[in-house]
Amino acid sequence: MIAELGLAALWLAAALAALQMAAGFLALRDAADGALAGLIRPAAIVQGVLVTLSFAMLVWLFAVTDLSVKLVASNSHSMKPLVFKLSGTWGNHEGSMLLWVMVMGLAGALIALVERRLPERTMNATLAAQGVVSLGFYAFLLLSSNPFERLPVPATEGMGLNPLLQDIGLAFHPPTLYLGYVGLSVAFSFAVGALLTRQVTPDFARAMRPWVLGAWVLLTIGITAGSYWAYYELGWGGWWFWDPVENASLMPWLAATALLHSASVLASRDALRTWTIMLGVVAFSMSMVGTFLVRSGILTSVHAFAVDPERGTFILALLGIFIGGALLLFALRANTISEGERFALASREGALVFNNVMLSAILAIVLLGTLYPLLTEAFDVRVSVGPPYFNPVGAIFTIPMLVVMAVGPLLRWRQDRIDRIGKEIALFAALVLAALILTSLLADIALLPLLGLALGVGLAVASLMPLRRRKLARTPLATWGMVTAHFGIAVALIGMASESAFTSERLAAVEEGGSTSVGPWTVVLQGVEPVAGPNWTAIQGRVSASYDGGEPVVLTPQSRNFWAPPQQTTESALVTRWNGQLYAVVGDRSPDGRWQLRLWWKPFVTLIWYGGLLIALGGVLALVGRVLSDLRHRRLAARIADRRADREALS
Amino acid sequence: MIRALAFAAALVVALPVAAQQTMPPAPFAYRQLENPAQEQAAQELMETLRCLKCQSQSIADSDAPMAGDMRHQVRTRIAAGESPDQIRDWLTKRYGDYVSYKPTVSTTTWPLFAIPLLLVLLAGAILLRRFGKRK
Repeated sequence: MIAELGLAALWLAAALAALQMAAGFLALRDAADGALAGLIRPAAIVQGVLVTLSFAMLVWLFAVTDLSVKLVASNSHSMKPLVFKLSGTWGNHEGSMLLWVMVMGLAGALIALVERRLPERTMNATLAAQGVVSLGFYAFLLLSSNPFERLPVPATEGMGLNPLLQDIGLAFHPPTLYLGYVGLSVAFSFAVGALLTRQVTPDFARAMRPWVLGAWVLLTIGITAGSYWAYYELGWGGWWFWDPVENASLMPWLAATALLHSASVLASRDALRTWTIMLGVVAFSMSMVGTFLVRSGILTSVHAFAVDPERGTFILALLGIFIGGALLLFALRANTISEGERFALASREGALVFNNVMLSAILAIVLLGTLYPLLTEAFDVRVSVGPPYFNPVGAIFTIPMLVVMAVGPLLRWRQDRIDRIGKEIALFAALVLAALILTSLLADIALLPLLGLALGVGLAVASLMPLRRRKLARTPLATWGMVTAHFGIAVALIGMASESAFTSERLAAVEEGGSTSVGPWTVVLQGVEPVAGPNWTAIQGRVSASYDGGEPVVLTPQSRNFWAPPQQTTESALVTRWNGQLYAVVGDRSPDGRWQLRLWWKPFVTLIWYGGLLIALGGVLALVGRVLSDLRHRRLAARIADRRADREALS
Repeated sequence: MIRALAFAAALVVALPVAAQQTMPPAPFAYRQLENPAQEQAAQELMETLRCLKCQSQSIADSDAPMAGDMRHQVRTRIAAGESPDQIRDWLTKRYGDYVSYKPTVSTTTWPLFAIPLLLVLLAGAILLRRFGKRK
């Protein structure tokens, strides 16, 4: 009954998306038709409510482990802890797509409810575009991935969830990324709406900006959390591998970063109109490409994908329709939209354009490196593209970008002279050079980490310079956001460079009571004991570690055996100090009775994720600043309108 | 008592896993070389070799038995004085280009190197067109 209710709500929501689309386009063609236009906003709102109801039903089915539903039976297990039963709702293909459309429905409902800045015609076009995108995803769910399908005979027990996914971090990692993807779909709808009515104005950029900012913040958090999850859960201390799944989340982030900056220029300077629209289309395309890569199964094997191509082909067709359509519209309309205000190279816009070009180039490299192996595999040539390719090739564009990023925020809008900020540039250059020389004298490290450290130090100081000679209490929140985010990039960069330059590793076979060392740490294996959890048993090592002869800390790394499905995982144990992390893993027992210990000392590795969080915090500050000032404007406008109405009433 | 039971349960559950890999791992799968310079060279090489049985993992980050065997191969060959490039060549002869994460220019991979070059030119052209003419 619950499952049928969920399915019915989903069909109704899809019907409303169709209504939203049809009414939107008809109202756009025939502007006088007020009756149709009046339907658009309510349709979007009711659709949001219905799809949320549908998702709630699926969560309920997972919470009570209704084994007559195919999805629950193949992804859940009655013995799983409740939190993982709930997170299992979106830990599979169908559930995650339902989550996607739910968030999209809620986003549509929210713009329909609150967005009043844009001309009504543009709003109708935007909601119509949003209807098209939603309808595509509803069709995908209902026709090829129905989450509510019943089994002819209920299963006696579920198949369980992949133990690697039974982790609180991962329970919230995919939804965060999805929210980000959906935020970019809203930006896409705004861009299409503005193109359709040729209203690419600063107001359009202001309406779009909170969505881009929000999406960008969520993508930042999602990528940071995903990287930390891979770091502690996979048991080898790696935090980024240029894996296609990782790239699938990085590409929309790169595009969103460029879009964010471009939209800011459009909002405050009325420049970069076509560039902003283009990036809006690209950002959502990258979300679609990401979804395609992760959801079509093409990554496991191109050939497996070719054998059962239904879902992949569906997403690919959607991608083609949405992106092809948007690009066609762009090609038809781009020449009717003027470029907007002009500016010189030595200006803040100039620096932003330079870095947007760099970001787009990095995006192209990541896209190339991710898709190229898939392309050759289709012709039975298998190649691998990994860190030795992405790091140096990406650096060609990243290094100039970091340099311009240090200087750009100090420049004035429209036109400026480089020599006006000569002192600041000299300070930045001196810092980078000093760090470069000092580190290369003190340690023998590779070129890229060396450059990363030096640029990170210079950028950390340069990113704070926009605050100089400002009254800090009166600095707008959005400026604080920019400074925080740029500072976060520097912090993360230092963490990455330090991790790859200074990590020390120790693999040792240790008997109980024996000791070993890694970097400044002395590590003693005190004992090994069995422990049991709700759906696993484990061998747990008790390891005491002391830093430089100091007070020892006890760590308990585990090697877990799950029984549904049967799988072995390693649970690493970490000691965090201000200057880095000790990472310990216990492995198998060797025939002579000694235990395998894997230990790493990673100086300043935590800065990678602290940096990521700072970047996200910067985004939140900017978002709050923008929303607050928008609310202030609205209140002011309402008061002026009130007064005018009063005056008219009096006269 | 509970501990002993849990231990027994752990063993029973571990049996099927153990059955798949009755052979003990090769000696240098989980052991570092004595010489730190050699170990570093081996580590750097291992990070750029693909574990063929895993999904997107290097042999330096995998518990798969095959990755262990390959780590053993890399370490013993480095210890015997072979250069990392020689070992990479030997492995690509045996397993194909797929095993190396470091693509080299060849008839099948040239776009990976031509396109970035093109991007540099394109980025330069966009910036020139935007800022070059005025003044």
